[in-house]
Amino acid sequence: MTQKKIIDAEGLERILRRIAHEISERNQGTRNLALVGIPTGGVHLAHRLSRIIKEMEGNQVETGELDTTLYRDDLPLKGPIFRLKRTDIPFDLNGRRVILIDDVLQTGRTIRAALDAITDLGRPRNIQLAVLIDRGGRELPIQADYTGKLVTPTGNEEIEVRLRESDGADEVIVREKKPDEKPKD
Amino acid sequence: MITNQTTKLIRGGRILDPASGRDGIFDLLIQNGQIARIDPQIAPPPGAEIIDATGLLVVPGLVDIHTHLREPGYEYKETILTGSQAAAAGGFTSLACMANTDPPNDNSSVTEFIRERAQKAGLVNIYPVGAVSKGLKGESLAEIGSMVASGIVAVSDDGNPVMNSGLMRNALEYTQIFDIPVISHCEDLGLSQGGQVNEGLASLRTGLAGIPAEAEVSMVVRDLLLARLTGGKLHLAHISTARSVDAIRAAKAQGLKVTAETAPHYFTLTEEAVLSFDTNAKVNPPLRSAADREAVRNGLRDGTIDCIASDHAPHSLVEKDLEFTQASSGTVGLETTLPLTLKLVQEGLLSLSQAIALLSINPARILNLKKGSLSIGADADITVIDPGRKLTVDPEKFRSRGRNTAFPGLQLQGRAAITLIRGEITFRE
Amino acid sequence: MTLKSRHLLGLERLTRAEIEYFLDTAGSLKEISSRDIKKVPTLRGKTVINLFFEASTRTRTSFEIAAKRLSADTINFSASTSSVTKGETLIDTAKNIEAMRPDLVVIRHPASGAPELLTHWLDLPIINAGDGSHEHPTQGLLDLFTVREKKGKIDGLTLTIIGDITHSRVARSDIYGFQKMGARVRVCGPPTLIPPGIESLGVQKFTRLEPALEGADVVMALRIQLERLAAPPFPSLREYSRLFGINLERLRLLKPGSIIMHPGPINRGVEISPEVAYSSSSVILDQVENGVAVRMAVLYLLSGRSVDAQ
Repeated sequence: MTQKKIIDAEGLERILRRIAHEISERNQGTRNLALVGIPTGGVHLAHRLSRIIKEMEGNQVETGELDTTLYRDDLPLKGPIFRLKRTDIPFDLNGRRVILIDDVLQTGRTIRAALDAITDLGRPRNIQLAVLIDRGGRELPIQADYTGKLVTPTGNEEIEVRLRESDGADEVIVREKKPDEKPKD
Repeated sequence: MITNQTTKLIRGGRILDPASGRDGIFDLLIQNGQIARIDPQIAPPPGAEIIDATGLLVVPGLVDIHTHLREPGYEYKETILTGSQAAAAGGFTSLACMANTDPPNDNSSVTEFIRERAQKAGLVNIYPVGAVSKGLKGESLAEIGSMVASGIVAVSDDGNPVMNSGLMRNALEYTQIFDIPVISHCEDLGLSQGGQVNEGLASLRTGLAGIPAEAEVSMVVRDLLLARLTGGKLHLAHISTARSVDAIRAAKAQGLKVTAETAPHYFTLTEEAVLSFDTNAKVNPPLRSAADREAVRNGLRDGTIDCIASDHAPHSLVEKDLEFTQASSGTVGLETTLPLTLKLVQEGLLSLSQAIALLSINPARILNLKKGSLSIGADADITVIDPGRKLTVDPEKFRSRGRNTAFPGLQLQGRAAITLIRGEITFRE
Repeated sequence: MTLKSRHLLGLERLTRAEIEYFLDTAGSLKEISSRDIKKVPTLRGKTVINLFFEASTRTRTSFEIAAKRLSADTINFSASTSSVTKGETLIDTAKNIEAMRPDLVVIRHPASGAPELLTHWLDLPIINAGDGSHEHPTQGLLDLFTVREKKGKIDGLTLTIIGDITHSRVARSDIYGFQKMGARVRVCGPPTLIPPGIESLGVQKFTRLEPALEGADVVMALRIQLERLAAPPFPSLREYSRLFGINLERLRLLKPGSIIMHPGPINRGVEISPEVAYSSSSVILDQVENGVAVRMAVLYLLSGRSVDAQ
């Protein structure tokens, strides 16, 4: 099986710094900002962005995590039941500028679910989306505001984001799909 | 109607007659409904119907001392006809049917009704058991004498215990006039009331109210004391516990003339069968512990328990497709008792001769019937068994109206191939 | 993680991993009840039937709230308003309800084994909300959840269950559940209310309260249900309370940090004194609160086929 590393640890750090700058620039600072990661990759990325922003701007941006499983659009069918993750947003979302963070954006369905979930939790002033990888293949009209890298894999390729918090290393890999593997998202 | 005209020659079978000790390959000639000859080789008389029994077992027609035929009153569960068909298919040629019908068999007109229906069915010799007490209420003695005159062979309030010790004493004394046994359903209602399953593993795990072994044992001991006091003829029904077996063994050792039966579910199953709330495994007395089952098996082996009864208790779905607490007790048994008894032989617990005796001569003797042996001049009540025949218990194939077997799907080996009463075939597979 | 059975009939048949799956899922769902909008769309379009053949306002309400917080539609069918009283059997009733195409059935029934009977007749997930004296698995799960939440673990703890063990479905579910999760279980009560052979389930039996309380981390006082007892197995409620009631004095026998539980509803002053019920050791209201999360978890996990998520 061939695989190819498209982002390494240094590259990831550079991307996150750029996104942090873009967030700060777009929002004219980081006051009233909240970072909400989608488990599990997005949560790690949210915490890293929070740390980078603290270094850059000196202020602590509040960070939470949002499980979208209960809002999936494939549940009401006689469908599969997924293990739940955690929703933990220990601050008020009302009036906030919320940066939603996920590792890979593909169909857009997870983000659709996340928007519904956030709506149930409060009414932010606005919601922006940051993703590490945009791999195309959208099924809903959703676009990221901040994109780490645009990747267009061929039909039999897949993308794996590995982060040191959960996988021991920082890298993004493109590799051939295992024959029985179902698409993610 | 049975006609006794034909001559039949059962050829080449292994004839096993525990009463006489005969065991070997013989031919058996039936003339005028009776056993005419048993010899190594019999030349067929002209016109004789020949039954090839090569590789088969030829034994005395089986006798079931404890069945429920449900008629009159509960014809939707079973009738005398369907019960007779089930009995014949199970290899039985004689059976005693319990009195808990509606109306109960507590007077001679019911006894006569049963005998008439039995004769009309003509498939099995049916010996009614009369009630001990009027209306099975346990209060005052039924008219036992007139029922004897109409043909009962024993008395029992089976289904209900005789809780009143004085009444039980009277029954054991009074029946001595007729030399018939009192068949006792041993259950102390004070200990068993509301109970559903064995007290122990089953009650613990299911949360269903338990019936302790002592509900049976205490009444077994009481009845043994009363039998000693009165000299009456006591037969203990469906023994299910180790301590009952011990008590009977001790009483017999002291010379008391008492007899006892058990049923296949007590030597085959344990209380584990009710852990899934299967109402077909709901029986009374309840299925007991593994230790009790072991003791019952030992009681069969050493003769403490004299015979095996089916305790055939057919019910309809109306009584069984219910919550466990609402369901009626009982399992059908006529069509599974023989193979389940043969299983004890296959397992090495009993000799074949012991097994057949437990199902023929022993119960016949308890009821004073001239049945259960293959003697010359006796009625040709004969069961031909195919000992190698494999079967799977399938309620849908029962002749009985009851589908409530505690053994669905069980794989067994050996069953009746041909059943005859007075020389006429009542069942042929 | 997949569940072996599509039903929840009792904790006896669950593995430790399955119990943990229910508890972890309840942990994720608990947060929903503290939101302003206490609802997620997960079971939208699904119908949950609460089939209650025995009065139980609390359990039924808890299941109903749980279903509604997951956006399921709930229908309550209780014996008093049904045709059961007209001779219709449980199976007839259930088949009729099945014809109305619900997605899950929650059943409370006075007969042990009634939920299991339904599994043979209905092609639907069956959730046991208490059957006779058999099991009450969601109560067992919420007790486990509450202990894990309050004590941080279950492994190695000692649970003492006090009261009518014989007729208690809660006791049975707790015995199985807590033992599977690594706790030691003691039972304590009048010998007339402790089933013979209880030791074979691996529990320790006490007929005096003081030694049963010594060293216990969790004390579960059961409701004395006199109405269920044919022959009163003890002389009077007053004497019961004297011998087995938890009062402030007895609370002091417990080691610090021990918690008091009760499946409710409480007979005030019988199995537990009001001061104890509302003391800082009592987690009785946490049990009620957690009951909703646990029942949400059960409804969620049994509403479809479990798969390992990405």
